[in-house]
Formats: sequence, C-alpha cells, structure tokens
Amino acid sequence: MRFIFKTSYDQDIRLAKHGGHRFWYSLLLAALATAPWWLGDYGLAQLTFILIYGVVGLGLMLLAGFTGLFSIGHAAFLGVGAYTEAVLQAQGWPFPLSMAAAALLSAAVGVVVGLPALRVKGIYLGIATLAFGFIVEEGLARWESVTGGNSGKSVGSPQMFGWAADTSQSFYFVCLVTAVLCTLAVLNLLRSPTGRAFVAIRDSEISAQSMGINLATYKTLSFALSAALAGIGGALYAHQIRFLSPDQFNIIQSIDLLLMVVIGGLGSVHGAFLGAIFLIGMPQLISAVKDLLPDAIGQAPGLKSVIYGAALIGFVMFEPMGLYGRWLKIRTWFQLFPFYRKGMFKRQKAFMKSDRLR
Amino acid sequence: MRSRRVRPGHPTGSLLQVLQVLVSGIAQGCIYGLIALGFVLIYKASEAVSFAQGDLMMLGAFLGLALLSVLGWPFWLVVPSAMLAMALIGMATERLVIGPVLGQPAFSIVMLTFGIGYVVRGLVTMIPGIGTDTHTLAVPFKDAVVPLGGIVLAVEQLVVIGATAVLCLVLYLLFSRSKVGIAMQAASQNQLAAYYMGIPVKRLNTLVWGLAAAVAAIAGLLLAPITFIHANMGFIGLKAFPAAVVGGFGSLPGAIVGGIIIGVVEALSGFFLPEGFKDIAAYVVVLVMLMVKPNGLFGENLRKKV
Repeated sequence: MRFIFKTSYDQDIRLAKHGGHRFWYSLLLAALATAPWWLGDYGLAQLTFILIYGVVGLGLMLLAGFTGLFSIGHAAFLGVGAYTEAVLQAQGWPFPLSMAAAALLSAAVGVVVGLPALRVKGIYLGIATLAFGFIVEEGLARWESVTGGNSGKSVGSPQMFGWAADTSQSFYFVCLVTAVLCTLAVLNLLRSPTGRAFVAIRDSEISAQSMGINLATYKTLSFALSAALAGIGGALYAHQIRFLSPDQFNIIQSIDLLLMVVIGGLGSVHGAFLGAIFLIGMPQLISAVKDLLPDAIGQAPGLKSVIYGAALIGFVMFEPMGLYGRWLKIRTWFQLFPFYRKGMFKRQKAFMKSDRLR
Repeated sequence: MRSRRVRPGHPTGSLLQVLQVLVSGIAQGCIYGLIALGFVLIYKASEAVSFAQGDLMMLGAFLGLALLSVLGWPFWLVVPSAMLAMALIGMATERLVIGPVLGQPAFSIVMLTFGIGYVVRGLVTMIPGIGTDTHTLAVPFKDAVVPLGGIVLAVEQLVVIGATAVLCLVLYLLFSRSKVGIAMQAASQNQLAAYYMGIPVKRLNTLVWGLAAAVAAIAGLLLAPITFIHANMGFIGLKAFPAAVVGGFGSLPGAIVGGIIIGVVEALSGFFLPEGFKDIAAYVVVLVMLMVKPNGLFGENLRKKV
C-alpha cells in the first residue's frame, strides 16, 4: 500500500502521480521502443495494428467514455482519414502534413456529425451516427474518381523530406511516436478545463449546463477531437494495410471499434489500448486454440463472431468497467491484501437512468 | 426484373411502373415496420434498444426453413410454431441476459444486444452445410402473381401487406382490450407506479421480449419469399431503425407508418435516382427527420423539468 502525501495542488493534476508510475511507464516505453529487436516481423505487424487501433480507440474513448456521446458510425471518420492520406500521399505530400490534413478533414466531418448531437440524445444520436456512417461508406464507394470505388485504392509508404518509412520497422516507429503523442495529448486534455467539461457533460448535462458549460461548443468540440484522432488512426491504417476499399469502413468496423472501447473499459485511457490488444489479439488466440477443438466447432466460420459476442455479453454483464476495471480490482486486491471487500467498486447510484424523462 | 412486369408499348407504362414500384416499396416498408415494431415494443417496455432484432428475424427465418424444408411440415403449421419457438427464445434471452443488467446505462444494453446479435449470427453460420449458404423458402404462394388493371402484383408482396395489417389489428386489440396489454401500457408509462399497482413488471418485460421475437419471426417468414434466407439477412434490421425514428421511437403505429415511408422512399429513389441512392435513402430520410423533428411523426415531446 502506497500513501501519497500531498504537499501541493500540482500533485492532483500531475500526469505521473508517484514514482511507481514513472518507473513502470518508462519500462513500457523502453520495451516498445526496442520491440523491433526482440519481436519477430509478424509480432511487430500486430503491435503496429494495436497502436493504430489504440489511437482510434482514444478518439472513441474521448467521445463515448468521457463525453458520454456514443457513435455507431466511427468507422466513417477512420475512412475519411485513410482516404485523405492515400490521396495526399499519392500527390507527394510529406507525411506529417498529409496526416494533419487527414485529421483536420476528419474533424470537419466530425463537426458536421456533431450538429445533430446538439438536438438529439441517447439512442437517437446513435442512430444519427449510424446513418451518417452508412452515407459516408456509400460515398466512398461511389466517388470513384478519388477513392477508386469498390475496386479499391493502393497506398504507398509514408515519406517525409527525403526519408521514407518503407520498412515495417521504420513504419512501426512512426506509429509508436504518433500513438505516444496522441496519448499524451489526450491525457493533457483530460486534466485541462476542457476535459473536465467533457466529464461533467457525461455525468449530467443539466448540472454541467448550470455550471456554465456551453453544451453546444463542448459537444461539437468532443466530436471534432474524436474524429481527428480517428482520422490520424485512419492515416496510419492506410499505410499499414496498403490497400483501401470502402467495405473496410462499414458498420461491422464501427461496431468493432465500440466493442473495443467497451471491453477495454469505458472512461479510461488505458481502456483504449487494452481494448485494441483484445481486438487484435483475439483472432490470434482463436487461431491458436482452433486446432485443439473438434473440427465441427474449430473450423466453423462463425466461431469468431460467437466469441466476440460472448465476450461482449460477458463484459457488459459481469465487468461493466472492462479490462481496465478488472485490472484495477486485481491491483487493489493485492495492495490491500486481506482487506479487499467485494463492493468496493460498486457505484453508489444504482437507479435506472431514464432517457424518457418522466 | 422491373421492366419484365410492364407491358411494352402500353401508353401509361411509366405511371404503371411507378405504381408497381410503390407496391413493392410498401411491401418492403411493411417488413421494416414489423422489425421496427419489435424495437418499439422493447423500448416502450424496458427503455432498452435492441440491435439484435434483425438477427432474431434471421433466426426466425432459419427456423421456418428448418421446419418447412427439413422436417416437411405444412406452411400453416410452420408459421405458428416458428413464432412460438422464437417467443420462447426471446423470453429466455430476456431472462438470462437482459433482465440482470436492466438499470445500467442505456448504452450498456445496446452493446449487450450487439453481443446477442453477434452470437446468433455466429451460431447460425456455424451450422454445417446450411449456415453459410443462401436458401429460398418454398412457401405455397411462391412466384404467384395477380394481374390487376395494368399492373401485375406479386402475391408474396400482397401477403406481406395483408399480414402486416392483420398483425397491427391483433396488436391493437391486445393493447386496448386485453388485461396483459393494458398492464403493458401501464408499465411502459411508469414502471414504478405500475409495480405499486400490483403489475409484475419483470414478468411483463419477459413477455414483451417474447412478443418482439415472435413479431421478428413473422417479419423473417414474410421477408424470406421476397429475398433469400442467409446468415447476414439480419442487417436489414439496421434499416428498421430509421423506420422507428421517423415514426417516433415510442409509438407502435408510428413504427409501421415509418417503415412504409422508408420503404416507399427507398423504392422511389431506386427508380428515379442514380444507382447508389437506394441504399442510403433510408439514412438520409432519418438524418433529415432528426434535424427537423427529432421526436418523429408520432413521438411524444417530453422535456426534462428541473
């Protein structure tokens, strides 16, 4: 058990709360920075995907986990980012510029989607984003002169100022740097007044409004930032996957992204990355245990979706705080060793939160 | 396919063509409406939004297929048995999965129903030899047509429209005349007050899920002759959301009206507009609706009072 003796107000908002944080996150960063040397090519590709999905997950987490607005069409932003990057890269833009353009364009699209968010709530917002996702997907498929339509579009490797990230190692470092910068940006945002306003809106719109938070501005801002992060993730995704087609950004992708943040743990930055590990790691795990199962189950094409669905049901029913919540509980159990009680993480409010307002 | 049904050289050919498109749009809209009816039933009862409704419909269609083609039952027996089986599955789902988490934020339940949808779709796909193929449902009225004036109506579409009308009447009678229906109305208006009046709200929730699943089974059996049965047919349920929103999410007649509006708009945009607009017409309509009148055509306008 660690007791933190607070001597200044800064300690409350410091990113690393104590030496343990500094030690473990430095270790993690060192392990990630040296990954190309201790991880095989295949593992490195998977790790790159985890970082990319982690960045997208950060965006969705900001929106769903911290502002309480749910988007069932987030793949659309991913798609806008990916295609912007693909088009600009083909025209020879340097990578940082084209990625910034992808983020900006996604953010602009996010603002457009955010507009209905000012009028509608809850499930209506979900349906608005769902509808928007379908429209963007169809747009990507039909705007053939730019996107190549359903026959797809191939993407080259990122290059900047005479240097090209054309090996999987160099591209991994591009992703790592981007992911670290995005994480730091989100962490910083969350301890700023803007981030606090997001959390206040999530917890109660009415009390947030009474505290002087402009709902319209902050909700739109949240959509824009979330879409920008998804756009950055999309730009990286385009280079990693090297071939884009509109069906990569369909409703299934959107649901996968939601599944990622819910399983990772809504309302935690760790959750975005834990969810990404789950999303990328699960197919590997399934193919590893496939051979142990009888053929009728192991070779069946629907196995993956049954496992995803069961995991989702299991998490919502038994661990609503997701993987990160489970980790917190395990850690607290060890920290407090004989004194851990079952109800410690139970929320005090257990009443039905009604959208119907009556 | 559309041009096949129109007599060439007929003076009012294009008008008749439009009529033909309208009828098929209404039939398609009835399917959307039936699926939307399931959402609305569940939403009114427990304030949960079920994204699994489309997949339940798919399961109902597969059950019908199994009874009709594999066991060789007659069609008039297949329909009630598929409905009954689906009602039991729906009630079991509510008991095992939805009931225990009611009270969590609405979005948890949405994710839960996504999970149910995934599992149902995966399980159906896993059935060896059947799950990955597309099937046709050999209903007695398959491919029959009725000539009416200048247009030719497919019996399948007429059956869809007729069955929807009958179902609406049955549901109307259920909700206005029967004790269970009135209790359901009470529970949907105010669960706590209904509970104090001695209404077993939890049991009603289970029943509503059974009812919604049975309606989904009907939708599946009606849709199957028009299209095909396959494991991904449940995605049509995503077009039923616009239907529910256009009608107003808490309104039963609204669901059917919204469904028909969506179906007709879709059919007409497929006819008049360039390719591609048909697939997104429903979503454009719902976005416009959300901008203009977020509560839908028949929705109640509720505001929170502090």
